[in-house]
Amino acid sequence: MYAQLVKTAGAGVKTREEMSDEERNFQDRVDRDEKIEPKDWMPDDYRATLIRQIGQHAHSEIVGQLPEGNWITRAPTLERKAILLAKVQDEAGHGLYLYCAAETLGVTRDELTEELLSGRMKYSSIFNYPTLNWADIGAVGWLVDGAAIMNQVPLQRTSYGPYSRAMIRICKEESFHQRQGYDIMMKMAEGNEAQRRMAQDALNRFWYPSLMMFGPSDKDSVHSAQSLAWKIKIDTNDELRQRFVDQTVPQAKYLGLTIPDENLKWNEERGAHDFSEPDWTEFFNVIKGKGPCNVDRMEDRVSAWEDGEWVRDGLLAHAQKKAARKHAAE
Amino acid sequence: MSKEWPLWEVFIRGQHGLSHRHVGSLHAPDEEMAIKNARDVYTRRNEGVSIWVVEARHIAASSPEEKGPLYEPSNSKVYRHPTFFDIPDEVGHM
Repeated sequence: MYAQLVKTAGAGVKTREEMSDEERNFQDRVDRDEKIEPKDWMPDDYRATLIRQIGQHAHSEIVGQLPEGNWITRAPTLERKAILLAKVQDEAGHGLYLYCAAETLGVTRDELTEELLSGRMKYSSIFNYPTLNWADIGAVGWLVDGAAIMNQVPLQRTSYGPYSRAMIRICKEESFHQRQGYDIMMKMAEGNEAQRRMAQDALNRFWYPSLMMFGPSDKDSVHSAQSLAWKIKIDTNDELRQRFVDQTVPQAKYLGLTIPDENLKWNEERGAHDFSEPDWTEFFNVIKGKGPCNVDRMEDRVSAWEDGEWVRDGLLAHAQKKAARKHAAE
Repeated sequence: MSKEWPLWEVFIRGQHGLSHRHVGSLHAPDEEMAIKNARDVYTRRNEGVSIWVVEARHIAASSPEEKGPLYEPSNSKVYRHPTFFDIPDEVGHM
């Protein structure tokens, strides 16, 4: 998920008796699956949680351009390069939709950017892993975007209208990303021995980080109850992770690649795969800024923001001058 | 003064669409850049043939709390709907 480990604001789920009239009315609307819109009354904690979740989601789209952008100049064919460019452009657009959705809650985009650059807001842990070979671009599309879709499809029904509508738009485009990723993996897996090894290596490195995208295990995810009650979240972390594994295993089999998990097997009784949990110590380290690329990613974002300041100011000054000139002519 | 670029609301009329529909918003320094940006973000997959942008501060919106008084007058005027009038079957389709 692109917004993993979002702490729901507030002290926990209130009973109906503990709610004020406004809160009860709000909960009733959520329970009836009515969408909450920007001008509607909403609990402060609902607003705060959504700003955090949508903001984190938007940041992930922006930072997520870096690991893939790393391979644009080195894409092996012109066709693959054009596809990758289109995809990275999409991610910028997704960031934009999401920042706009967050802004309807009363924050500004610049405030959110400031929170990201100062490290007070997070982005998805997955983008702190390096892309070391071309097959990684395939693995990112197939697994990372696959995991993102798994999470975003239910979010199309999330209770906050602008977020839900952003997700509907994004999901349409994400399926292009996942397919293009799988297409790269198919080419690599059918290729020569060296290409097949690269594909397997990419899967080995991205498997567990992709499982981590759904956030911590339900037993450690103390904040989800309120998010579920408010229908900000629709499914629990573990439900989504299970669904992802069940969907991905046959796809790996088709490629003739091995998922790096000895405990992975079909459980007839549950009608689902058993699998190993990712290393949660590693997960919490990455979230805390101690993953392989955290420092590089933030340095890239900070320098883009700082070095670009004169361009932003110049465009604004030009726009103001033009507006003043037009005003004088009227 | 804030150095943040103003917010623009974007409306697109689709290929076969009759009217412009709100599709989202974006930040841009002026209307020209807003249209260029809207072209890149919102019409990448043949979504439309015409773009309107309007600075968000120029939009006034009704408030959900006024829902009752705002729409009540039309609810009480059922005769505004064609189904209000009974036309005998013999008359045929009308």
